[in-house]
Amino acid sequence: MDYLSELESKSIYIIREAYYKHNNLALLWSMGKDSTVLLWLCRKAFFGKIPFPIIHIDTTHKFPDMYKFRDERAKEWGLKLIVGKNEEALAKRIGPDKGKFECCNSLKTEALKQVIEKEGIQALLLGIRRDEHGIRAKERYFSPRNKEFKWDYKNQGTEMWDQYKEKLKEDQHIRIHPLLHWREVDIWRYIKKENIPIIGLYFAKEGRRYRSIGCVPCCSPMLSDAKNIDQIIKELETTKEAERKGRAQDKEKAYMMQKLRAMGYM
Amino acid sequence: MNQKNLVIVGHVDHGKSTLIGRILFDAKSLPEGFIEQIKKTCEELGKEMEFGFILDSLEEERKQGITIDTTQIFFKWKKRDYTIIDAPGHVEFIRNMITGASQADAAILIVDAKRGIEEQTKRHSYILSLLGIKKIVVVINKMDLVNWDVSIYEKIKKELEEILKKLNLEVHSIIPVSAKDGDNVVNKSKRIDSGETLLESLDRIGIEEGEKGKLRFPVQDVYKFDERRILVGRVESGEMQKGEEVLLQPSGKKTKIKSIENWSNKKEKLDLGESGGIVLEEPLFVERGEVITREPIKIKKIFKVNLFWISSPESNPILKLTTQESRCKIKANKIINSSTLEEKDTQEINDIVQGEVKCEKEIVFDDFSEIPNMGRFILENEEGETIGAGIITD
Repeated sequence: MDYLSELESKSIYIIREAYYKHNNLALLWSMGKDSTVLLWLCRKAFFGKIPFPIIHIDTTHKFPDMYKFRDERAKEWGLKLIVGKNEEALAKRIGPDKGKFECCNSLKTEALKQVIEKEGIQALLLGIRRDEHGIRAKERYFSPRNKEFKWDYKNQGTEMWDQYKEKLKEDQHIRIHPLLHWREVDIWRYIKKENIPIIGLYFAKEGRRYRSIGCVPCCSPMLSDAKNIDQIIKELETTKEAERKGRAQDKEKAYMMQKLRAMGYM
Repeated sequence: MNQKNLVIVGHVDHGKSTLIGRILFDAKSLPEGFIEQIKKTCEELGKEMEFGFILDSLEEERKQGITIDTTQIFFKWKKRDYTIIDAPGHVEFIRNMITGASQADAAILIVDAKRGIEEQTKRHSYILSLLGIKKIVVVINKMDLVNWDVSIYEKIKKELEEILKKLNLEVHSIIPVSAKDGDNVVNKSKRIDSGETLLESLDRIGIEEGEKGKLRFPVQDVYKFDERRILVGRVESGEMQKGEEVLLQPSGKKTKIKSIENWSNKKEKLDLGESGGIVLEEPLFVERGEVITREPIKIKKIFKVNLFWISSPESNPILKLTTQESRCKIKANKIINSSTLEEKDTQEINDIVQGEVKCEKEIVFDDFSEIPNMGRFILENEEGETIGAGIITD
């Protein structure tokens, strides 16, 4: 088996374990490259038809391309799509101008809490990777969270030999990270190999491209001439810039990402 | 792709994080602006910049100066991609060390030249042998603190070789370094002639091809999304061909592989390590936990093991091996303290037990020495926490 097939097989094994062991499973989809690859792997794991809902947390500040991509794929792939919004916060006009931390926390984390409660979700598949950010390297494949979404990273269990956390306490839910072992360049190589549809924002226009996408006000494109997947792969093989450099959450304060994550940020 | 997972283990404060920071810095693998950011944070916290801070990216860790969890870092050196797993040295964090080390292909065991072999040095060595990691590169660090005294290096080397030999661990190389000063990590030291640097030594480690061998396909789940009844799982050993005759264990049923299912196209075979789905010729009742083989294999309730208590021992834990599970009892024949490697009388956390496991249900397995994936298990308590891990010897 080649390297990409190895990554794929490990992820599919984890996705199937998640489905076997946890009721009320859902996938969190941002339409970005990683969660789209995860969605693709779930389609493979279940032979084309994903037997659980796909959740999109909509801050209403996403790029128009993302909404278009979401609705087209949901239709084409027959997804059970659930869109979660923190209506109360949106009614209060909470947005990036009220502070980025507050905005992220209300429109993403709180909105997710609301969906989890409403839909009775007990397990959530997420497309995070270890090489994205220092704190994400500390994650387990199966990572329990309490009702407040708190991540007790100092007291995580042993995870070994493909045996994953199964039993949850009453008010816990579990986050499952089947892409933890993938690197950014692996994601792009796999997108190429599998011919996975991807949002055009990742490709360079007028000398700039988005390397990581989220909400419009908090993402800035990087200097790049990579206009297609091959050029992106080539760029990543040589770059020394951090992947999330263009993402405001990561640099506004030294520990913003850590604080957000401890509060339940994805 | 040429890719290796390395775990760095050893006693607390022997310099693991510093070594990793040094490798990344000298191999020019840090993102732009990364060192500047750390220097700035250090200034804000009123601390001197240390290479160890590169990994210790959590606020708490910076304050306490110790590694809490397994952090994974990716770097490229010559033609190979490496993932380094930094495993915590503190005894309280043994769970994290095991989590990290269980994913590694090779290990770097770090020993402080001034302090020599300490309890975690021995315990971690034992865990490496339990996990089946055979390739060990030993780094004698902080040689600058002993003025590069060769006799000190030789003494530690000799002691360590004896311990590792007892544990059946193969020493790939033993290298004197100073991670702090950058001697013999990526760049050659001018202080000592040791032959090779750490990275040169790592580069020499060969890629181990998974063994083809005997077919083992533990059933993970059974899907009936359409008219097909698909058994899913992963090939833990050997490979599986469409049309071949197979045996289900423990039930003993015989059948043929009718088809190998894929999402979009049909396949002729499943490779070693591949997750896949199959449809059987006969509509047999099959559940998670059965193992598809070609020939009868070991099916037992009682078997000999070598296990390690990650948490406090319990009398009636749940054993999990591949996709099988059963409640069990442990009978100890020999209890060993993992830090001194001396025998003792009662079982406690961090002890090694050689003895027998008695399961309520029959378990299908191979000896760990034959097919590692089929001969290793974890033990869970009522709360579903992993409290032990072991290998089957017979």
